Amino acid sequence: MVEGTNPIPAGARKTLSPYRGIPVGLAILLGFLMLGAALVGAYPIAPGDLAAALGRWLAGATPQGQIDTVLFDIRLPRVLAAVLVGAAIAAAGAAYQTLFRNPLVSPDILGVSTGAGLGAVLGIFLSLPVAGIQLSAFAMGLLTVGLVYAIASLVHGREPILVLVLAGVVVGSLAGAAISLLKIIADPYDQLPAIVFWLLGSLSAIRKGEVWAAVPLVLIGLVPLVLLRWRINVLSLGDEEARALGVEAGRLRFFVVAAATLMTASVVAISGVIGWVGLVIPHIARMIVGPSFDRLLPTAMLLGASYLLVVDTLARTMARMEVPIGILTAIIGAPFFLWLLARGREGWS
Amino acid sequence: MARGRHYIVLALALLVAATPGEGHTVTDSAGRKIDVPDRIERVFAAGPPASILLYILAPDRMTGWPNPPTAEERPFIAERYRDLPALGRLTGRGGTANLEVVLKAKPDLILDFGSVRDTYVSLADNVQEQTKVPYILVDGRLEATPAALRLLGNVLDHGQRAEQLASYVEATFAEIDAALAAIPVDRRPRVYLARGPDGLETGVVGSINTEIIERAGGRNVAEAAGQRGLVRASMEQVIVADPAIIITWDRNFFERVAKDPLWAGIRAVREGRVYLAPTAPFGWIDRPPSVNRVIGLKWLAGLFYPDRFPENLRETTRTFYRLFYHVELTEPQLDTLIAWSKGQTPSQQAPARR
Repeated sequence: MVEGTNPIPAGARKTLSPYRGIPVGLAILLGFLMLGAALVGAYPIAPGDLAAALGRWLAGATPQGQIDTVLFDIRLPRVLAAVLVGAAIAAAGAAYQTLFRNPLVSPDILGVSTGAGLGAVLGIFLSLPVAGIQLSAFAMGLLTVGLVYAIASLVHGREPILVLVLAGVVVGSLAGAAISLLKIIADPYDQLPAIVFWLLGSLSAIRKGEVWAAVPLVLIGLVPLVLLRWRINVLSLGDEEARALGVEAGRLRFFVVAAATLMTASVVAISGVIGWVGLVIPHIARMIVGPSFDRLLPTAMLLGASYLLVVDTLARTMARMEVPIGILTAIIGAPFFLWLLARGREGWS
Repeated sequence: MARGRHYIVLALALLVAATPGEGHTVTDSAGRKIDVPDRIERVFAAGPPASILLYILAPDRMTGWPNPPTAEERPFIAERYRDLPALGRLTGRGGTANLEVVLKAKPDLILDFGSVRDTYVSLADNVQEQTKVPYILVDGRLEATPAALRLLGNVLDHGQRAEQLASYVEATFAEIDAALAAIPVDRRPRVYLARGPDGLETGVVGSINTEIIERAGGRNVAEAAGQRGLVRASMEQVIVADPAIIITWDRNFFERVAKDPLWAGIRAVREGRVYLAPTAPFGWIDRPPSVNRVIGLKWLAGLFYPDRFPENLRETTRTFYRLFYHVELTEPQLDTLIAWSKGQTPSQQAPARR
C-alpha cells in the first residue's frame, strides 16, 4: 500500500508537456503494428492485395472473393478484437491498481474473469451454442462482481477496500471451485477440451459481429473512467484525504468498479480468460508516465492494445495451429513481472 | 486334540484364502507383468474408453459406468446394464480418482484402455500398490483394437468372444486396406475433424482423436509438427487448408456451419460434404476413443469412397449393435441412427415423428 505518498511527482506541472508526446507515439506504434498484423497470417495476402482490398473498401465496393472474406471477416476483426481486448483489460487494470492503491491488483481481483469463466464453462457444459456461451460468460462476470459488491456493502467496517478485496477473493475462489466441479463432471472427451481452451483464452474464433457487440459496452465503461480521471487520482490518496478534498470515496469507488467490470466482462466474454495484461501493462505504463491516472489511462490502454496485438499475432502465426493466448501472455508476462519485482518499488510509487 | 483341530481349521482357511490368489501372470500392453486371479468376476474400468471395451467384451463383469448414460444413450445400451452405478473415472483427462469408491466396488481387476505412456504406467503402479488390485493397461490405438480385445479376452477367460470381435475388426481393416491399395495417398480426400461448438478445435495428425481419418483412407488437414493432441485452429487456417470433407459430432457446430458465411467458401461446405456422427450409445468417430470407433470407421470409409464401399449402412449398423453392444435395434431406432448419420439429430427428428 502506498501511504500518504503524493501520486503526482513534484514539479509535475513542468514535466507535463513531455508526456503529451507519449500517447501520440504509442498510437502511431499501434497503427504500424495493426498494419503489420493485417499483413501476416495463414492465408497469404500480399501488401498490394491488402492495399487494393482496402481501396475497394474505402470506395464502398461490396466485398468479393476469398481475399476480402479473409481480410474483412476474419483477420481485421481479429486484429480489432486484440486491440479492443488489450485496451479494455489494461484500462480496467490501471483503474483497479489506482483504486486499490496496490500495484499487485489485476482486473480479476473482484472475480470478474473467474465469474465469466464460470459462466462460459456452464454454457459449454449445457452444450449451448457459441452466442449462448458468450452471453452466459458476460452475465456471470457482472453477477459475480455484483455479488462481491453486495457482500462488501453489507459489512460495515472501517476498511472498505479490505472488505471488498476479501469478498472478491472469497467469491472468486467459490466460482473457481464451481469451475473445477463442472470440469470434473463434464464429458472428458467432448466438453472438457473446449472448457480448457476457453479458460486459456483465444481470439481464434472471433467474429465481426462479436467485436461490434463488445465495442459499445467497452465505451460505456470507458466514459466514466475518463470523466472521473481526476477524482480517481484523489482516491489514490486514501479515503480520509479524499473526503477532505471533497470526494466521496464510496460512491466514486462504485462507479469505477462498475465501469471496469463492464469493460472486462464484455471483452472476456468474447476472448476467454486472458491473464497478465491487466497486471503487467499498467506497471509498464506507470514506469513511463508515472502514477497519475489521467496520464496512466491512455498510456496503459495503448500499451495493452499493442501488447495483446503482438501476442495474438504470434499466437496465430508461430505454429501451424494456434497457440493459446493465455499461455503466451504468461510466458512473456511472468519473467517480466519478476524483473519488475526485482527492481524494487521504484517506478510506481 | 483341541489344538490339533485348530491347526486343521487354520490350514483349511489358508488353503481357501490361497486358492483365488494363485492366479496367473499376464503381460499388459505397457509390458508390465501382472498377477491376476484365475476367476475375474468384477472389473473396474478406469475411464470411458475402458468401460466401452469392457461393456463390449464382457458386460457381466462391469462394476459400473464412469458417467451415467444419458437419456439419449440409454435405449442403445442393453437393458441389464443401463442402470449400473456411476463410479467416476480413475484416469484420463481430469481424473477424479477416489480409491475408496474403487475399493467399495470390490473389483478383481482394474482396466485402463488408452495411452500406455509413462505417466499412465506410473499411475497404474501407484493405484495397484495402494489398492492391491491388479491394474492392467491396454493400448487404445485404433490399429491395436484386435490385440486389445484378445488381451482382455485372455485375461477375463473370454477368448472365444474376443476372437469373434477381433476378427470382425480385422476384417473391417482388411476390407478398407484392400480398397485403399489402389488409391495413392495424394488422391485421398482431405478431411477436417471439427470439435467444439465453434468447430475450431481439432486433433493434429497422429492424435488418438483423429487417427480414424487416416484409417478410413482420408488425410487429416491438421498437420502440425511439434504439436500433438487437441489444438485450436483459426478460421484462416481452415480456409487455407480448404478440406474436402468435414466431420463432426457437435450439433451446434453442424447446425451453424450450413448458414455461416465464413464457412460457406470452404470446399466441404460448398459441396455439401459436412457430416454429423451419431453419438449413441457412444460416439461413432471418437468421444471417447475406444472400440466404438469401428462402426464409425465403416461409416467414414463409405463417405470417403461411396463407390468402393456400397455397403448397406442400415444392415451394418444393425449387425454392429447386435454383435458389439448386445442390443437388437428396433426399426424406429435404426431410422433414428441412420437419419442422425445423415445430419438429423434425434431432437430434430422428434417433432416429425409425433
